Amino acid sequence: MKDDIILRVVAKLLTPFMLLFALYVQFHADFGPGGGFQAGVIAAAAVVFYALVFGLRAGLRLVPEAVAERMLAAGALLYAGVGLAGIALGGNYLDYFVLDADAVHGQHRGIFWVEVGVLFTVSGVMLKLFYMFAGRGGTRDERGGE
Amino acid sequence: MVEHLPALQVVLPLVAAPLIVLARSPRFAWLATTAVSYACLVIAALLATRVATLGAFSYALGSWAPPWGIEYRVDALSAFVLVAVALTASFVAPYARRSIAAELDADRQYLMYAMYCLCLAGLLGITVTGDAFNLFVFLEISSLASYVLIALGRRRQALVAAFQYMLMGTVGATFYVIGVGLLYLVTGTLNLADLAERLRGVEDLRPVLAALAFITVGIGLKLALFPLHQWLPNAYAYAPSMATAFLAATATKVSVYVLLRFYFTVFDPAALFDRLPTRETFLALSVAAMILASLVAVFEREVKRLFAWSSVAQIGYITLGIGLENHAGLTGSIAHLLNHGVTKGAIFLLLGGVALRSGAASISVGSLAGLGRRMPLTAFGLVIAGLSLIGVPGTAGFVTKWFLILGAIEREAWWVVGAILASSLIAVAYVWRLVEAAYLRAGQGTRREAPAGMLAAGLAMAGLCVYFGFFTSINVAGASDAASFLLRGAR
Repeated sequence: MKDDIILRVVAKLLTPFMLLFALYVQFHADFGPGGGFQAGVIAAAAVVFYALVFGLRAGLRLVPEAVAERMLAAGALLYAGVGLAGIALGGNYLDYFVLDADAVHGQHRGIFWVEVGVLFTVSGVMLKLFYMFAGRGGTRDERGGE
Repeated sequence: MVEHLPALQVVLPLVAAPLIVLARSPRFAWLATTAVSYACLVIAALLATRVATLGAFSYALGSWAPPWGIEYRVDALSAFVLVAVALTASFVAPYARRSIAAELDADRQYLMYAMYCLCLAGLLGITVTGDAFNLFVFLEISSLASYVLIALGRRRQALVAAFQYMLMGTVGATFYVIGVGLLYLVTGTLNLADLAERLRGVEDLRPVLAALAFITVGIGLKLALFPLHQWLPNAYAYAPSMATAFLAATATKVSVYVLLRFYFTVFDPAALFDRLPTRETFLALSVAAMILASLVAVFEREVKRLFAWSSVAQIGYITLGIGLENHAGLTGSIAHLLNHGVTKGAIFLLLGGVALRSGAASISVGSLAGLGRRMPLTAFGLVIAGLSLIGVPGTAGFVTKWFLILGAIEREAWWVVGAILASSLIAVAYVWRLVEAAYLRAGQGTRREAPAGMLAAGLAMAGLCVYFGFFTSINVAGASDAASFLLRGAR
């Protein structure tokens, strides 16, 4: 699809806005619908869109497969780390009340970092899935010349 | 720190998995896996001693008090299962290094360890949680991880086996969650203890009966209850050696735990066993498993499949105790979770060594010819574990059968006593096929034992079969406490 100038221009214009929208869905989730799952999928969709238009190789240059794999592990680790921080600060596992002197603010802080973890894991998983399916079959060039 | 042990029991392997993926090194993966497995065993032992001295206790996840928050609850039954799972893990993890290095490509080994850690976390989580939906989440974590573990097998059939298991397992998990949904509909709670209280007096409502049916069939699929066992032989036969040993010793056992938990602590056992044909159903299915699956094992040519069929039969022994529904029967059932775990674990660990040395992806009974000369220690270990499968006095298997027979006599179910003896005789037949091939038939090849680490893990587990046969302070005492606990909640 990289020969079509309209697609190319639109893709280049839209990709940063899609990523920005992902961040909006992530951080506005306190007040509206959204959260780590939705934002993670939108962020991954931006990269998938880019890879569909400019080719898998370009997508892999943007987010290499190893990065996607580390993202999905790091997100899970961040989530579990928030839980362990609860224990370290004198509460139970996943206790957000103790994350700040003010219990309500502690809840905010806990859910914030947990959702960041979800964002990383979900977009990492989506990208890894896309790369694994897109990398099957086809010529070496189409696969991005592994 | 002691009060956080129920959470740490699950969190340690859960954290190890992403760390392994980040590091991407097989050596680190093995070290982390082994360290976590031993840590889990220590935690499980600490929890079990705490329950034995102080009684059941609960842990409020996120400091939200139950029944609103998720509660982790350790009692006599869950402590016993935690120890059984962690004990298996502590033998499988050190074994894994050579076994995985031999069976998987270098760039996939760390994934195998990560999946193993996730599976362990899921199984421990199922056992420790006191929340019906949290239980479903852990059931999915352990199941998804085990599908991958099986699919990583060397032969291409492993993919089909994993897919079959995934289809059946997904149906099972869906049925379970439908059942839980119906219970939630009726009671408005997901906490198991709270569910038990709210279900008293409404046992005959149709949604509750439907929930019971969905949960029984769903968990029955997961634990390979007799007519729902079709996924099991292929899954065990084609999985990597270490995965077979771990799953055979733990996965189905933890599902039995879920069934026990629902039957004796959530639903009212009085209604369940007296007004519904639960007893008859479980006795019939268990006896069918014990006899028919054992007969299939006698005629099976491939050794791993042979023992997979034997597992279906042995699960029959475990569910038999549910059907007997008395103290002796349940003690036999619960003790067999551990007894069969160490027996089958030992067998599959040792067979992994045989497969490694023979170089073939599958081992037929014929290819075991002369094993007694080629690998004398491995063959000896297999015979010990085989004796435990049959239930020869002095082995762990005998202890189970003793209690099951006591339970059957107490119920005056003489045909069950006969079935236990008949099934044992059939077990003699299929174990004898191995002994005959290993010791009485001449084979080729020079003497070469399995790698020391693998051999030691396998023999140590075979040693446990004998230990639990003579010293019953862990398996029978723990199981007896758990059985009293279940029946106390019952009446």
